[in-house]
Amino acid sequence: MSQPSQQDEIVAEQASLKHQPAAGIEPLIEAKGLSQGQIVRKRFLGHSGAIVGLIVFALILVAAFTSVGYAGIPGWWKYDHEEVSPLVNDGVPTASLFPLAWGEHPFGQDRIGRDLFAMTMRGAQQSITIMVVIGLIAGLIGVIVGALSGYFRGWTEAILMRLTDVIIIVPALLLAAVMGQIAGNRDDGNWFSAFTSNNAVLALGIFLGLVSWVGLARLMRGEFLSLREREFVDAARISGASNARIIFKHILPNAVGVLIVNVTLTMSAAILTETALSYLGVGVKSPDTSLGLLISQNQEAFSTRPWLFWYPGVFIVLICLSINFIGDGLRDAFDPRQKKFNARKAKDTGSPMAPDKTPVAATDGTAADGTAAGGTRGA
Amino acid sequence: MLTYIVRRLVTAALILLGASFLVYLLTAASGDPLAELRASNAPNREQLMEARSNLLDLDTPAPIRYFKWLAGASQCLIPFAGTCDLGRNTANQPITDALGHALIQTLTLVTAATVLAILVGITLGIITALRQYSTLDYGVTFMAFLFFSLPIFWVAVLLKEFGAIGFNNFLRNPEIPLPAAIGIGAVLGIVAAIVAGGEPKRRVLTGGIVFAVVTAVLIYFSVTLWFKTPGLGPVVIAIAGVGLAYAVTLLTAGLKNRKALQSALLAVGAGVVAYFAIQPLLNQATFLMIVLLAVATVLVGVAIGYFVGGYDRGQSMRAAGMTSFLVAFLILLDRFMQAWPTYFDNSRVRGRPIATIGATTPNIEGDFWVLSLDSFTHLILPTSALILISLAGYTRFTRASMLEIMNMDYIRTARAKGLSERTVVMRHAFRNALIPIATIVAFDIGALIGGAVITERVFSVRGMGFLFFDGIEHVDPNPVMGVFVCVAITAMAFNLIADLAYSALDPRVRVKA
Repeated sequence: MSQPSQQDEIVAEQASLKHQPAAGIEPLIEAKGLSQGQIVRKRFLGHSGAIVGLIVFALILVAAFTSVGYAGIPGWWKYDHEEVSPLVNDGVPTASLFPLAWGEHPFGQDRIGRDLFAMTMRGAQQSITIMVVIGLIAGLIGVIVGALSGYFRGWTEAILMRLTDVIIIVPALLLAAVMGQIAGNRDDGNWFSAFTSNNAVLALGIFLGLVSWVGLARLMRGEFLSLREREFVDAARISGASNARIIFKHILPNAVGVLIVNVTLTMSAAILTETALSYLGVGVKSPDTSLGLLISQNQEAFSTRPWLFWYPGVFIVLICLSINFIGDGLRDAFDPRQKKFNARKAKDTGSPMAPDKTPVAATDGTAADGTAAGGTRGA
Repeated sequence: MLTYIVRRLVTAALILLGASFLVYLLTAASGDPLAELRASNAPNREQLMEARSNLLDLDTPAPIRYFKWLAGASQCLIPFAGTCDLGRNTANQPITDALGHALIQTLTLVTAATVLAILVGITLGIITALRQYSTLDYGVTFMAFLFFSLPIFWVAVLLKEFGAIGFNNFLRNPEIPLPAAIGIGAVLGIVAAIVAGGEPKRRVLTGGIVFAVVTAVLIYFSVTLWFKTPGLGPVVIAIAGVGLAYAVTLLTAGLKNRKALQSALLAVGAGVVAYFAIQPLLNQATFLMIVLLAVATVLVGVAIGYFVGGYDRGQSMRAAGMTSFLVAFLILLDRFMQAWPTYFDNSRVRGRPIATIGATTPNIEGDFWVLSLDSFTHLILPTSALILISLAGYTRFTRASMLEIMNMDYIRTARAKGLSERTVVMRHAFRNALIPIATIVAFDIGALIGGAVITERVFSVRGMGFLFFDGIEHVDPNPVMGVFVCVAITAMAFNLIADLAYSALDPRVRVKA
């Protein structure tokens, strides 16, 4: 692999000005006349992995919330997750590709005849609800703690960061297990248990959110520490802006990239935490259902009814994978350093002698890089 | 520096106090400790509840119980006094004993998985960084995301089904049908072609060779029923050793350094001679002996490198030392394979070697090799599950770190000086890319002690996570606190070590005195 020389870059730049915009100087052209939001949107839409992730996630979201209904609103699917119906063909899935058919129970039935499609959709609903609640709560607390400690420093920072340290050394899964246990207790009789027993899933999400903000708070603090030293903050302060205004109007919009990316990643981790807790028996509890709980209930039946195990698992993986790809796309979109001659380097990898080649080779390289950069987003 | 460390330690102690108080109260408040007894139909229910209340000291409010616990736990700070008291669990076993057993189980489970995940992850990360935006890079990136999104309990159940039950069925009659052999060969060939990189001709050639060799070997295995009586034999060890010698020399010294290549090849020769010499000794092997032999092997290798010399003695010593270690590993592997039929026909194993639960076969008897094989067959599934899950993080992180380093000015300088690509990558880039990885590794080792709660649960390993979870289920704070204190102390110690190591490895980073 060889490093493109300065001359190479200049040649490449000239060549690309004549022809197509090349990977190396794409940000310059991209940025012309566009706002930051427009640039980010454009880059995100160019990241095919993220777009595929977004589409898959949207499909799952729509299917999960419309099929079995949500919060009392009935859905279009004929069964719900608790309804027992007679076994059709011993519960084997009726969905098939050749011929394309949906059938009576597309994902099959469990031992007592409950419809697995309804159960999986209900589980996906619960997982997505918990994920969103965790993302919102963790994002909110993380931003507030990080912003206050990064902006005010001094005692505020010392206290808040020690609090963060206390929560961060307790292993997340372990603390979450205790929280999940509390949320799952139903018969204490006070308002708290009444709330948790009526909205078990919501309560689990809130509790998990209360322990998963720590990483985000540290990152936000780092962002605020560096941004508060910048000139535009001084300018705002001199012109008499209040602390709240500086934090929310001047610094936060500049830190929003880090925030969004990490909230996304927190959410994808949250899905796995929720399913793991349900699997361990301290998360969502029967008679309600969740993807983790479905796997936990059906792992013994793998050899006799493998579909009971496959469908919930595949849905967990699909949700988590699509969120991860969306997060990756967002990171690429928000990080301006991402497309810095990397594609050119990749092209040069195969030919160690590249710098010796004269402008002709460089022109070829750039032209090819245009496509290479397009391929980049296919990750 | 000293003030920094002292300040960190004092803060750590305060954080530990605060966090342990929090964990104690949370555990105590997490449920009804008598719930399971209330639901029971035992005639002496009242007495049992009375006994449990006394054992857990339920008449005392939880905050006061915490300080009682703290008084006992603080005795652990007195070294060698043996007065450590972390309370007892509901089975009336001292927590200190239970922690000892659990720690051993957890470490055997997690150590191998972590080491392998780190090695493979860093290797993959570097290769993908060097081949950025190649098919290999996209493939590995996608796999990393996929593994990152897999719930470990799901992987574990799949592994149990296909890795254990399926493989055991296969071992009963280890014949590989011809289409399967060709299929496996083709898949590996395609993977090899992708990994090889470079010109299409080179890729096709590599893929073709790998396909032919793998298919031929599989057919040979099937015909000779190799899986019933596996073994490598001196010839295979010699051939593989020469290949390893070339590979190690290529990475550490470059093939142009003839002296290094010579020392590596000499080390292989010595290894093949040692193979015959050492067999009687290996029959009486113990764990300590294997460790001593490994150390001796590396020393012999280094000595070979030293005497062969060359213009750069260090390179020869490194190449020969690493080669001899790898050859010794092959010899060890061969000895394990020799013990395989004995293990396979053991009355406790009954021809189903790959186990799905537990850490050992109950009541198994045999020599060192059989017992070790028994541990391996029990560890193989949880270890693979853990590797799959933790591989992704290391790969992505190493790739990012390596990419950043490869864009640095000093890499350009190194190239401009005319250094070979190997020297640039291995000596200039790789070493610096390892600095941020070192901190991540330190964090992970700190977290190792906590065990893998879910993995332990799925594979019924009675480790730290199991102990912790048992405590939560019985609403018994003592085991929970015992595990928590161990985990928190190691985690904080390794955090400190990570920070100090970072400033030691990278002089640009200074600790605040």
